[in-house]
Amino acid sequence: MEPIKIKLDKSNELLTDLMPRKFGPQGRLWVGFLLLVIIIGAVAYYRQLKHGLVVTDMRDFTSWGIYISNFVFFVAISLVGSLVSAILKLTNVAWRTPLVRISEIIAVAAITFAAIIIIVDMGRPDRFWHLFVYGRIQSPILWDVIVITTYFVVSCLLLYIPLLPDIAVCRDTAPASPRWKKRFYTFLALNWKGTSKQYAIIHKSINVLAVLVVPLALGIHTVTSWLFATTYRAGWDSSNFGPYFVAGAFQAGCAGVIAVTFVLRNHYNLRKYITNKHFDNLGKLLVLLSLIYLYFNINEYLVPGYKMKTVDGEHLHSLFRGSYAPLFWSVQIFGMILPIIVLLFKKGRKPLPIFIVSILVVVGAWFKRFLIVIPTLLHPFIPIQNVPESWHHYVPTWEEWAITSASLAGALLIITIFVRLFPIISIWETTEEKMNATATQTGDQTQFYGA
Amino acid sequence: MDEEQSNSRRSFIKTGLITGAIAAGGLGIMEVASQDTSKKKGDTVKLLSPDGKIVEVDSSEINPQIPDSLISTHNVREGVPGKKFVMVIDLAKCKNAGRCKSACSKMHYLPETRSYIKINKMQDSDKASPYWMPTPCFHCDNPPCVKVCPVGATFKLTDGIVGIDNDRCIGCRFCMVACPYSARVFNWDTEYQINVVRFKEIKEHAACSTHVTGTVEKCDFCPTKAAKNELPDCVQACPNGVFYFGDENEDVVSNGDETVRLSQLLKDKSGYRFLEDLGTKPRVYYLPPVDRQFPFKDVEPGTT
Repeated sequence: MEPIKIKLDKSNELLTDLMPRKFGPQGRLWVGFLLLVIIIGAVAYYRQLKHGLVVTDMRDFTSWGIYISNFVFFVAISLVGSLVSAILKLTNVAWRTPLVRISEIIAVAAITFAAIIIIVDMGRPDRFWHLFVYGRIQSPILWDVIVITTYFVVSCLLLYIPLLPDIAVCRDTAPASPRWKKRFYTFLALNWKGTSKQYAIIHKSINVLAVLVVPLALGIHTVTSWLFATTYRAGWDSSNFGPYFVAGAFQAGCAGVIAVTFVLRNHYNLRKYITNKHFDNLGKLLVLLSLIYLYFNINEYLVPGYKMKTVDGEHLHSLFRGSYAPLFWSVQIFGMILPIIVLLFKKGRKPLPIFIVSILVVVGAWFKRFLIVIPTLLHPFIPIQNVPESWHHYVPTWEEWAITSASLAGALLIITIFVRLFPIISIWETTEEKMNATATQTGDQTQFYGA
Repeated sequence: MDEEQSNSRRSFIKTGLITGAIAAGGLGIMEVASQDTSKKKGDTVKLLSPDGKIVEVDSSEINPQIPDSLISTHNVREGVPGKKFVMVIDLAKCKNAGRCKSACSKMHYLPETRSYIKINKMQDSDKASPYWMPTPCFHCDNPPCVKVCPVGATFKLTDGIVGIDNDRCIGCRFCMVACPYSARVFNWDTEYQINVVRFKEIKEHAACSTHVTGTVEKCDFCPTKAAKNELPDCVQACPNGVFYFGDENEDVVSNGDETVRLSQLLKDKSGYRFLEDLGTKPRVYYLPPVDRQFPFKDVEPGTT
């Protein structure tokens, strides 16, 4: 294989366009805002540690709340990494290149906070180590611990290994001062020289990891669904739950990468690399994923809704016509039906409309997890009685909202810091594509890289 | 390993007796020691067998020795040897007096508003009259809570009891969502946690939870009482004899007033288990609410 030569002088427009830049006023304001949200969350968590989980609105019946639904949301979002860097790669989708790194950092950030939020939910976080000392492999929680840890490691590798040549570029172009910066990149670049042998290793590793990460991605979300499906509860006791969760996760993840890509493209002026054609393709992908999710939703709600077994029926009634109906129908319409309709039209797949639709899908996906977790717990087999009135409902307290918001802010902060330190679009892969395009003389590259 | 420890303790006690150099370390040891000496081989006891014959058995075969660890320093992972505890709840007799709940709260040092037993208003169909159904933990033989616990903090004991180790529980609450009967409660706040040192002084309660903050607890079938062949407090407190408690191996249950054969009682009165179709195999049976002793009155005394 021919080594990829990346010119390190000013004549290489890839460097001027794609190298990480210092935060402007907007960037500093954004980071400040995220830090503020995280600090408020930290205060709330301190209160939770001090007083116990009583600061939440979880009680003996709703014993899982928005921490768990937020956890499921993070696991769902993290599937985008495998979608773009593995599934689209293995199916030879050429337009994925500028999106790979964005989706992989979303995956790493999301799975990190999935792990953190599950510790927040524990009544005894100080005993977290019990999972490793006394762990029982029979418990779905242990399966989740294993598969999430593995997915985290593989996702980090899928982010880091293809980043090596670009870290080397950072190392070689970084000014002499500050010295920590030069040292930082030198350390992370792992003595990258850009030889053809090194490139061969990288390509091989990425291929192996791409194949590996697909079953892992299916695994993390299927196992997460089993945390619910292995119980007897109405609304969870479903053999449909694994694929239903996976389908929802791909839809949410795809919308997540569209939203983040739109913001980065506008802020860093990447229109040359992320074109309208990319959004058009992502829009088509999101329609497909939404249609699959719609199919599973019909299965999940119509089949038990047709039978209306006693407890199932009460649960479904609360979703269809009861206290959760406004939320349920908003989520189904704005998070699933509307995106399908809008994105079927070419005009709907222009960057701005697709960005708005993606935000709707992501917000809808968050509340969908809420609707999966909480109403079920309010409909146990023996109806809730003889408890204080407030135990019949679940309204998250400010502490829960603060901690949950902080986890979302934390994930966004990871993405922000990453963008500040590394090129968010792969310089070497873009160079490689340009080389290949000129070599084969297809002349088609203007479609993607033309103005 | 636990068994080894208690064995070595017992042999230590025996050695102490032989040398006559025993320095009594506490009443508990004295009790066990005296039990040890009173149960010599060769003493026989006359008993009435289930089929009506009088049989003589060696006294060492009945009331197997209660491990010291169950009474003084209760080991939550140790069942009472030779027992299979079982409960029968006669729904025809329950009028929601609420005494089981208050007795349970007292026994377990819970505030009046908290109890491991719930008394639920149930109605099987629109046309049937409602009835009261007390629900303790069912101590299932196929327990969903035990299956899902990630750290083995809840487990099935040899005596049928589903136990909880509050020093191991990580507070993930998976067992609470796995239990179809909502039998488990969580220590959401620090309010009820009992000072362990003070708690150890109350020997007869050594087996009950100290309400460790951030962990799960539930009805424990009062293992200290059961080990001493006494009835749990809820059974004793019920003014209407709703609860029968006993040993499936002996095929005997008692509500304090009458002692009956378990198999005959279930056969005669169509004993059933709640949500049998879930396959959890509860150790708590119900007798149907027919030929009621009380008319149904929708009052909830002693509840908030």
